Amino acid sequence: MASLIRGSVSKGRRGMAAPTTTMRALDRDLELRRPPRSLWSDAWRRFRKNRLAIAGLAYILFLAIVAIAAPVIAPHNPVQSDVQHAGVFRQAAWIHDPNPMRTGTWEYPLGTDSVGRDVFSRLVYGTRVSLVVGFVPMVFTVSIGMLVGLLAGYAGGRVDNLLMRFTDVVYAFPDLLLFIIMQVAFQDAWIGKLLNGLVLLFITLSLVSWVTVARLVRGEVLALKQKEFVEAARAIGASGASIVARHIVPNTLGPIIVVAAYIVPGAIISEAILSYLGIGIRPTVQLDAPFPTSWGSMILEGSKAWESQPWMLIAPTLAVASITLAFTFVGDGLRDAFDPRQAER
Amino acid sequence: MLLAFILRRLLWLIPVILAVTTITFFLMHQAPGGPWDREKPVASATLKALNQKFGLDKPVWVNIEQVRARWQAGERNPVRLLGAFLDSQYFRYLWGLARLDLGPSYRSKGTESVQSILWRKFPTTAKVGLVATAFAVVVGIPLGIFGALKQNSWIDYISLTVATLGVSVPSFIIGVLVIIFLSQAFGIKPIRQPEEWQGFSTAYLAPGIVLGLGTMSYLTRLTRSSMLEVIRQDYVRTARAKGLSEFRVVTRHMVRNALIAVVTVLGPAVAGLVTGSFIIETIFNVPGMGREYVVAIAARDYSMIMGTTLMYALFVALANLWVDVMYGVLDPRIRV
Repeated sequence: MASLIRGSVSKGRRGMAAPTTTMRALDRDLELRRPPRSLWSDAWRRFRKNRLAIAGLAYILFLAIVAIAAPVIAPHNPVQSDVQHAGVFRQAAWIHDPNPMRTGTWEYPLGTDSVGRDVFSRLVYGTRVSLVVGFVPMVFTVSIGMLVGLLAGYAGGRVDNLLMRFTDVVYAFPDLLLFIIMQVAFQDAWIGKLLNGLVLLFITLSLVSWVTVARLVRGEVLALKQKEFVEAARAIGASGASIVARHIVPNTLGPIIVVAAYIVPGAIISEAILSYLGIGIRPTVQLDAPFPTSWGSMILEGSKAWESQPWMLIAPTLAVASITLAFTFVGDGLRDAFDPRQAER
Repeated sequence: MLLAFILRRLLWLIPVILAVTTITFFLMHQAPGGPWDREKPVASATLKALNQKFGLDKPVWVNIEQVRARWQAGERNPVRLLGAFLDSQYFRYLWGLARLDLGPSYRSKGTESVQSILWRKFPTTAKVGLVATAFAVVVGIPLGIFGALKQNSWIDYISLTVATLGVSVPSFIIGVLVIIFLSQAFGIKPIRQPEEWQGFSTAYLAPGIVLGLGTMSYLTRLTRSSMLEVIRQDYVRTARAKGLSEFRVVTRHMVRNALIAVVTVLGPAVAGLVTGSFIIETIFNVPGMGREYVVAIAARDYSMIMGTTLMYALFVALANLWVDVMYGVLDPRIRV
C-alpha cells in the first residue's frame, strides 16, 4: 500500500528523480501511529463503557464462583434433612416465631424446608443448574445453527430451500409446549435420568433456539457472499471451505454473539418454568449429587408453603430475576458494542 | 399479488401443521403411562373395552397386521388394502383432523370432545389475553412515545427501567411476586375460586396485567427506538417548517411512521400472550385452555394434548404470517 502511494506521489511531484527525504517523510506520515484495532478490541472498548453491562458481567462471574465453590460456601448439605436440629419449617433468620424450633436462626439464614433442609444451601447449589443450563444449550444451539445456516446460505439452491422449510416447521412449534412434551416423553427413559435429568434438559432446550441462529447466519452469509473480499478470495483460488472458514465465519461472529447472549437467559427461564411444572430437574436424595436442585424446583417447593414461609418462594424468584436481568444487561451491552448504529438510538 | 401471497402462505400451513401433528404424536407416545392410569389399577377387561372404544388398541403408525390378515383372507383390492394399512391411531387422527374433529377427550371418558372443551375454555384464556394485550398497547406505546419525545428525561428513564425489568424478568416470576405482594401487603387474594371467573370479573386484572407486562415492555422499547429514528427525519422538519402545530407533527408524522415496526410485532406478541398464558393460568388458577393443557399432560390425555398443541401452533403460524403481510402492507418498499 505504502509503496504504491509513494510511487504515484513521487511521479507526480518530481518526475523520475529519487527524492529520498520527502519519501521518508511520507513514509513516516503514512505509517500507522498505533496498531490497527480489530473488531474485537473495538467492541470491547464500547462494551466497557456500558456500566450496566459490566455490572451484569460482574454479577455473572460472581455467580460462577458461587457455583464452583458451592460446597465451600453452603453451610449445610443441600440434600441432607436434619429435622432434629434444623426443625421443620424453620423461618428465615430475622423472623421471630414463638416456637423455638420454628424461630429464625443465622445457622439457617433462609430457614429450612418441610423436611429440614437448609434453603440457603439449596439456593447456592441451584446456581450451578441455572448457569450450566444457560450455557451448555447455548453452545449446542449456536453450533447447530451455524452449521445449518452456513450450509443453507453458502450452498444455496435446493439445499437452502430444504433446510429453510425445515426451520419453518420448527419455528411454528410453540417452543414451551415442545419443551413440555419432550420432558414428559423422555423424563422416565434412561436419558432422562442422566445427571438428575440435566442431559435431557440440555437436549430439550437446544431443540428450538438453533432456528434463530440458523436464519441469522443464513442471512449474513447470503449478504457476505456478494462482497468483494469473497470474490477476491475466490479469484486467487481459495477453496470453498477456506472461504467459509476464513472470510465468512469471522464476519458472522458479531451478530451471533449478540443472539447467543439472549439465548442464555431464555434457556434459564425455560428451565425454571419446566422445573416449576415439576418436569425439569429430578428431585434427588443422593447426598453427593453435583446438581441437587434448581431455582425452578425451589419455586415449586416454595409455592406450596408460601403462606407460612414466604422466603422459601421469594429467595429463588429473586435469584432467577436477578440472573436473567444480568444476562439481559450483558446482551444489550454486546448488541450496542457490535452494532454501534443501533446504539445511537 | 398480496392475496396470492397470503393464499400461498396459508397453503404452506398444511405441511407445517402436519409436521407439528406428527412430531407431537411421536413424542406423546414415548411418554410412559396411559390415559387410563389411576391410583388403583383398572380391571383388564375394562381396560380392553376402553382401548377398543377409543381405537387405542390399534397400532400407533401403520396397521400391517390387518393388511396381512386381509391378504390371507383373499383380499386383493389395493384401495381396501391401503385402507387396512392406514387403520392406525395416527392416520385415524389425521382423518379426524381433516374433518376438524379433534376426537374425544380421554379424561372426560369420551363424554366431551376436545374441540368442545377448547371452545368452552377458550373465552377464559381469550379474556386474560385481551386484558394483557390492552394493557400492553395502552401503556406500552404511549410510554415509548413520551420517552422518545423527552429523551433522557426522568420519564424516559422510568419507562426504560420498567421496560428493561419487564423484558428480562420472566412473567411467571413476576406473577409469583405479585401474588405474595398483594396478599401480604394488601390482604387481597389474587387466586380466585373457579366460579369467580364468570363474565368480566376483576379476577382477570392481576393475571392479565402480569401476562401483558413482558409485551408491554417490548412495545415500549420498540416504540421508543423507532420514534427516535423518526424524530430526526427530514419530513418531520418539513412538517414543522410549514407551520404545523407540534401536536399534529407528533401524531400525523412521527407516531404514524414509528408505529410501522410496532404493528408488525403485534401479531407475534399477541400469539406469545396466548401461548405463554398457560404458566400464568397455572399460577393464578385460571380455568382456561392453558391450565387444561398442563392437566392433560399429567393425565396423558393424548387427544387433548394434541388438540391444544395444534391450536397453539396455528396461532404461532398465523402470527408469523401476520408479520410478513404487515411488512408488505405498511411499507410498500418491502416486497413480500
